[in-house]
Amino acid sequence: MHPAPSVIFFSVFSGLGFGLLFWLGLGWPSPTGVVAFVFFAIAYVLAVGGLIASTFHLGRPERALKAFSQLKTSWLSREAICAVAALLLMAVYGAGAVFLDQHWRIIGVLGGLLSLGTVFTTSMIYAQLKTVPRWNMPLTPLNFLSLSVAGGALLAGQVTWALWLILMAGAVQFATWIIGDTRFAASGTTLATATQLGQIGSVRAFEPPHTGTNYLLREFVYVIGRKHAFKLRVIALLLICVLPLILLLVPFSHAAGGLAVLAHVAGVLTARWLFFAQAEHVVGLYYGKR
Amino acid sequence: MTELPQATQKKLGLVIDLDTCVGCHACVISCKGWNTENYGAPLSDQDAYGADPSGTFLNRVHSYEVQPDTGPAQLFHFPKSCLHCEDAPCVTVCPTGASYKRAEDGIVLVNESDCIGCGLCAWACPYGARELDQAAGVMKKCTLCVDRIYNDNLPEEDRIPACVRTCPSGARHFGDLGDPDSDVSQLVVARGGVDLMPEQGTKPVNKYLPPRPKDQMPEIDVLAPFLAPIDQEPKGFLGWLDRTLDKI
Amino acid sequence: MTPKQPVLDLSPPVSDEIRKTTCYMCACRCGINVHMKTNADGDMKVAYIEGNRDHPINKGVLCAKGSAGIMQHNAPARLRKPLKRVGERGSGEFEEIEWEEALQIATDWLAPIRANAPEKLAFFTGRDQSQSFTSYWAQNFGTPNYAAHGGFCSVNMAAAGIYTMGGAFWEFGQPDWDHTKLFMLFGVAEDHDSNPIKMGIGKIKARGARVIGVNPIRTGYNAVADDWVGITPGTDGLFILSMIHCLMKAGRIDLDYLARFTDAPALVNGDPGSPEFGLFLRDKNGKQQVICRKTGKLTAFDQPGVRPDLSATHIIGDITHRPVFHHMAEKYLTDDYAPEDVADRCGIPAPRIRAIATEIARVAFDEAFELDHEWTDFRGDVHKTMTGRPVSFHAMRGISAHANGFQTCRALHTLQIILGTVEVPGGFRFKPPYPKPATAHPKPHCGVTPGKPLDGPHLGFVQGPADLALKNDGTPARIDKAFTWENPMSAHGLMHMVISNAHAGDPYKIDTLFMYMANMSWNSSMNTGGVMKMLTDKDTNGDYVIPRIIYSDAYSSEMVAFADLILPDTTYLERHDCISLLDRPICEADAAADAIRWPVVEPDRDVRGFQSVLCDLGARLGLPGFVDDTGGQKYADYADYITNHERRPGIGPLAGFRGADGTQAGRGAANPDQLNRYIQNGGFFTHHIPDGAQYYKPWNNAYQDWAVETGLYDAPQPYLFSLYAEPMRRFQLAAEGHGDRQPPDHLRDRIKHTMSPLPIWYETDQQGNDGFTITALTQRPMAMYHSWGSQNAWLRQIHGHNPLYLPTKLMRANDLQDGDWARVTSPHGEITVPVMEMASLNENTVWTWNAIGKRKGAWALDDAAPEATKGFLLNHLIHELLPPKGDGLRWSNADPITGQAAWFDLKVKIEKSPAQTESKPTTPKQKSPVAAAPKNLAWKSR
Ligand SMILES: Nc1nc2c(c(=O)[nH]1)N[C@H]1C(S)=C(S)[C@@H](COP(=O)(O)OP(=O)(O)OC[C@H]3O[C@@H](n4cnc5c(=O)[nH]c(N)nc54)[C@H](O)[C@@H]3O)O[C@H]1N2
Ligand SMILES: Nc1nc2c(c(=O)[nH]1)N[C@H]1C(S)=C(S)[C@@H](COP(=O)(O)OP(=O)(O)OC[C@H]3O[C@@H](n4cnc5c(=O)[nH]c(N)nc54)[C@H](O)[C@@H]3O)O[C@H]1N2
Ligand code: SF4
Ligand code: SF4
Ligand code: SF4
Ligand code: SF4
Ligand code: SF4
Ligand SMILES: [Mo]
Repeated sequence: MHPAPSVIFFSVFSGLGFGLLFWLGLGWPSPTGVVAFVFFAIAYVLAVGGLIASTFHLGRPERALKAFSQLKTSWLSREAICAVAALLLMAVYGAGAVFLDQHWRIIGVLGGLLSLGTVFTTSMIYAQLKTVPRWNMPLTPLNFLSLSVAGGALLAGQVTWALWLILMAGAVQFATWIIGDTRFAASGTTLATATQLGQIGSVRAFEPPHTGTNYLLREFVYVIGRKHAFKLRVIALLLICVLPLILLLVPFSHAAGGLAVLAHVAGVLTARWLFFAQAEHVVGLYYGKR
Repeated sequence: MTELPQATQKKLGLVIDLDTCVGCHACVISCKGWNTENYGAPLSDQDAYGADPSGTFLNRVHSYEVQPDTGPAQLFHFPKSCLHCEDAPCVTVCPTGASYKRAEDGIVLVNESDCIGCGLCAWACPYGARELDQAAGVMKKCTLCVDRIYNDNLPEEDRIPACVRTCPSGARHFGDLGDPDSDVSQLVVARGGVDLMPEQGTKPVNKYLPPRPKDQMPEIDVLAPFLAPIDQEPKGFLGWLDRTLDKI
Repeated sequence: MTPKQPVLDLSPPVSDEIRKTTCYMCACRCGINVHMKTNADGDMKVAYIEGNRDHPINKGVLCAKGSAGIMQHNAPARLRKPLKRVGERGSGEFEEIEWEEALQIATDWLAPIRANAPEKLAFFTGRDQSQSFTSYWAQNFGTPNYAAHGGFCSVNMAAAGIYTMGGAFWEFGQPDWDHTKLFMLFGVAEDHDSNPIKMGIGKIKARGARVIGVNPIRTGYNAVADDWVGITPGTDGLFILSMIHCLMKAGRIDLDYLARFTDAPALVNGDPGSPEFGLFLRDKNGKQQVICRKTGKLTAFDQPGVRPDLSATHIIGDITHRPVFHHMAEKYLTDDYAPEDVADRCGIPAPRIRAIATEIARVAFDEAFELDHEWTDFRGDVHKTMTGRPVSFHAMRGISAHANGFQTCRALHTLQIILGTVEVPGGFRFKPPYPKPATAHPKPHCGVTPGKPLDGPHLGFVQGPADLALKNDGTPARIDKAFTWENPMSAHGLMHMVISNAHAGDPYKIDTLFMYMANMSWNSSMNTGGVMKMLTDKDTNGDYVIPRIIYSDAYSSEMVAFADLILPDTTYLERHDCISLLDRPICEADAAADAIRWPVVEPDRDVRGFQSVLCDLGARLGLPGFVDDTGGQKYADYADYITNHERRPGIGPLAGFRGADGTQAGRGAANPDQLNRYIQNGGFFTHHIPDGAQYYKPWNNAYQDWAVETGLYDAPQPYLFSLYAEPMRRFQLAAEGHGDRQPPDHLRDRIKHTMSPLPIWYETDQQGNDGFTITALTQRPMAMYHSWGSQNAWLRQIHGHNPLYLPTKLMRANDLQDGDWARVTSPHGEITVPVMEMASLNENTVWTWNAIGKRKGAWALDDAAPEATKGFLLNHLIHELLPPKGDGLRWSNADPITGQAAWFDLKVKIEKSPAQTESKPTTPKQKSPVAAAPKNLAWKSR
């Protein structure tokens, strides 16, 4: 799959933003006034910024509001609705914290859960796709959620939580890769089933339908960079997990904390790039590519 | 609405004969021509005369080589457009309701005025049947020529998809695959029509007729007596000739 | 619950008007419905093109090119105005001029030529669909130097068919699709008869009938074939003769058919000392003689009641005259043609050859059937039924574009004939105006008189040395050396030799080269680089060696850059045209048919239909056929010519709606309303062959009478199929020393050897090919027409560049992977190109799509267009002459009988090359005479 920067930024930053909102909603921490404002501002910049980034890949962004209409069937609609609901509730909760020194617990918890829900719905957009076997598994939501919660904890300054959660997110990330690697084969979809010519013999793609490129190839068949996958995985894991852990374990300083956040975010960005770049859509089979 | 209808009154679709398709791309271009001029936004082309031309097409013809265990490799031309799946994942993922499956005939369509061009439906389609038009920013897909098949402005015999009408070798058939008595259903039964990627669970309406066995001409024995020589020598041949001519 | 759905307009208006005309993207000439819409500005625009269901050729279907006609018609590469060269030839630097100036320049160049030496004009017209008109113009001009593209295209097929059975494949005949049960296809990728072949294959496949494809490459028709024979290129003749061997040996042949309808029983002079040795024994009326089986007497073949004897000989003095059939038995029953002896050379195992021969015979004889049509043959014999032999064949350039192609095509026809499958139900059927034997065609004419027309039509069918186009001193009369000892039966001329001969001044120098519709500096020439040099070469005075070049094209092609004067044509939707029975009509086996094109839209540029320009130019030059009694212009334009020209009294370019009231078919006075009647009728006219006349046409009285009535010929002309080509024997006799027209000594042996009156196979000349062991071929892509598909925004996405396809074995042997580059060398040149693997390919053959490579600057394409960077032509490797043999002569790379260009004899070697950024060789860019193309398209007429 084409690793479109807009989608990578969207999912990573909104994941972090909603992760932070989750912690804020639960009341860990429970700042007020200016401190609260800073926390909420960071969370909203990340979450809303990510959402805005996601509209960059729309063909018709001006119609984006229509995306709220299909709650019943579409994970993308659910995500949109969830996101807005979470942002609204958390705005109310945040306003209370910033302006009224109030922490409306129920609203906070509800908003926090909706924030997590948003991350979950986002992940389900990918996880639901049978066409991309690597994504089509329960580890995908777990991967998104664990990264979001861990990153949120990091941003929220919940060091102990962050330590454990980062460790867990790293483990989930690792599992996602290892199991993900087997998914395409496990899906049973091959050029033989795609063409139904397998009964005759072994099938090989010959001339493509067009000598140039097209939307499908640009969007779904991304082979460049996969050869660096292993190195990138190591780097991602170091950044997501190992480096932040070390930085958190050394005596606390804001600089180290900041660095841990930066490293983690860079790691998640790398992992998310791989999430797309390594994902193979079954349509590639028709083109003799994956 | 992105909810799929429980059942459709008809299951209109195509039957494509892989035994007959010569890979001429006529269906590709005729589809491009009709759908550029008709339903929705024109199918645009980027860098049309340049280094990297790329445009929107609703139907494309692939080709595959197959190497059997014995005998020479075989080559097949393989047209592919939307298969109007019964369990169309492209429809249920759509956040706007732009993608829908018609209850009356099962045609899967995009209502372009609702489409935000998010591309998710194309992600969900295993067959590569949807292309996002780069000029209009909306998703394009085979409409099964919904603006032809019921069109009172066309003569009755032309109320079929453009690609079917144009296919020179008659490799494309159109009809109601929900009606077991229809010509297309009968053809599917007679020729053992198959679904592409059945494991994806999409239940495509379009069917593919598999190629008949090739390179099966027996090389000896069974027919050998037919070419038993009448005589080894030209002289003997002429004797045979005389005898045979006498009988005519 | 039914979810809410948008309400759709299911009956939107399709168009405001449908205009029916004829497609032009290939020689198939399908009928099209051009849907027109009035746009916001009130202009009628072409909106959509579909096939015309009523049309005899395509019956509604349309190929990719036809459907993309709208992009052709609107292509940015369309020329806009007459052009005069201002830069060096080949540079593409022009200035736009007015038509008056253009026509004046042309007149000033041509008038003195006509007055002094008309042969100094060479007028060659490419894939012209108006040859009966352009040749008429050339004949009136008086030059012998006229031909169209047939000589480099498929003249072997055309000439072999006509000389053997009075009609050829091309688009001039077709299998009886409704009855055939076995269809065997040799060397066809796309064909002239594109849509009918596809429709036919679809039809017989739907019936479950068998298709056998004989082709080194398994794509397209050969991919859908039930059985694929991946033959070694150039050996089809051997394979076919081996099947003939098997069938004769087993007696699986149609003796009755051979005796009645062919020259198999005709007696041949057996006196080795006679100047008539090997010629037919003829009566005083010149008719072939046979022995009648009933009477045992010698008689002319066509006498009422005669039953020709296939076996009986006739002794005069002590000389035995033997029937052709004896000669065939003697030749083909020898082990030289035994499957075991040919298998290795053909690359087909012997059992397979036998199996195919068996299957053919089984279907022809054991699945024979009768159609309930009574008919009477030319001897007066009444046949209660028509016997069907449901085996049919078709072949094209794969067998004709080899230097042994003529004999191979003859061999194939011989196979058809001994099976009795020509002009019978289930077999191969001619389309009017065929059948028409070679003797009923004109002979070539080359009598030049300054200021006067030529003494007759340029092209034709020679019957012997007397008909060659030689001057009194024995040198070639024509610039292309057609109808000379080098290629005596070159029925279509040799367009591919014109530029090199004109450049060499051999046989003489010319002044003006006038060409129409042929991309001669690029894909239609062999030796593309050499040709570009010849066109730009200057003599010691600094003048161009070929002094003047006039060219008519509709688009900014590569050839445009090499002309001094460009006469821009319209597109096919903007002009009148006629697809005439005098030429290459749109007939079916069941009907005579012809068609027109008419301006369904007016040009938006300052361009003129080329034929109309010739009417004007003809009048300016005072050509007799083009001026009226007062010396004024006779035909205002081509439409006027189509309507009013009469070739013979009552016979004009169009057969339909003749006579003052438009009710006559075939013969009749000119009808001023004729073109309108065609338009009302959908752009075409059909005239059905009556029931009972539809098969056995060469011998069927009912057909012969109908053909005369329709004006196809003036008197019935039944004839025998020529298994034995007597004209070829006449050339052999000359080579053996008989007669006063004698070949030059260096050609004697070749003539004796190759001009066998019974089909033979010979290895094509491989001298100089040592070490070059791989055959390199091209195929036409179904979705591209030669060079001009690439300007089509839709089609070029399908074929934007062309890899060289290598068989798996050669990929492995050269350590190549898809996308790698290879250096391909022939004795003549080298190219470096990207490669791809193909498994279903003869293991010693490589191939690519034809004419995809483009020169930078042409066709209004971007300089970085893949066609110009990765695309390539194989033509750089093919020379019009064979490698030097050290005998001081350069032999042409052509069939020694017809001069057919031997494109597919190309032999190469291959080695891996480092990856390149562009295919090699590169040709420097030409300046584009048209404006840059738009970037993006989102086409909609309304
Ligand atoms: N390697 C290789 N080379 C081959 C062949 C092969 O098989 N292999 N095949 C050969 C054969 S059989 C052929 S026929 C030739 C074909 O080669 P060409 O006859 O050269 O065919 P085109 O490239 O189509 O060029 C025809 C020219 O006509 C112009 N044209 C198109 N429409 C019109 C019109 O309406 N009016 C006018 N005035 N001009 C028009 C086009 O712009 C183009 O410049 O190629 C030959 N070359
Ligand atoms: N789409 C499209 N249609 C066209 C044209 C076009 O450019 N595009 N051009 C038109 C013109 S001008 C022409 S002449 C016709 C030509 O139509 P075709 O006769 O089909 O010509 P080619 O495409 O050159 O195909 C030649 C075939 O012969 C095979 N072949 C080569 N050598 C041998 C051999 O030794 N033995 C056998 N058995 N096969 C061999 C090649 O593999 C190839 O498949 O097409 C016409 N129709
Ligand atoms: S083929 Fe693809 S686009 Fe068409 S209905 Fe099925 S999933 Fe949807
Ligand atoms: S691209 Fe359009 S049709 Fe497809 S899912 Fe998005 S909104 Fe729906
Ligand atoms: S049915 Fe219509 S829209 Fe679909 S592929 Fe055929 S021509 Fe195109
Ligand atoms: S038009 Fe028919 S034969 Fe041609 S590619 Fe399409 S399906 Fe195949
Ligand atoms: S075969 Fe195609 S290009 Fe040729 S005349 Fe017919 S529609 Fe036109
Ligand atoms: Mo040709």
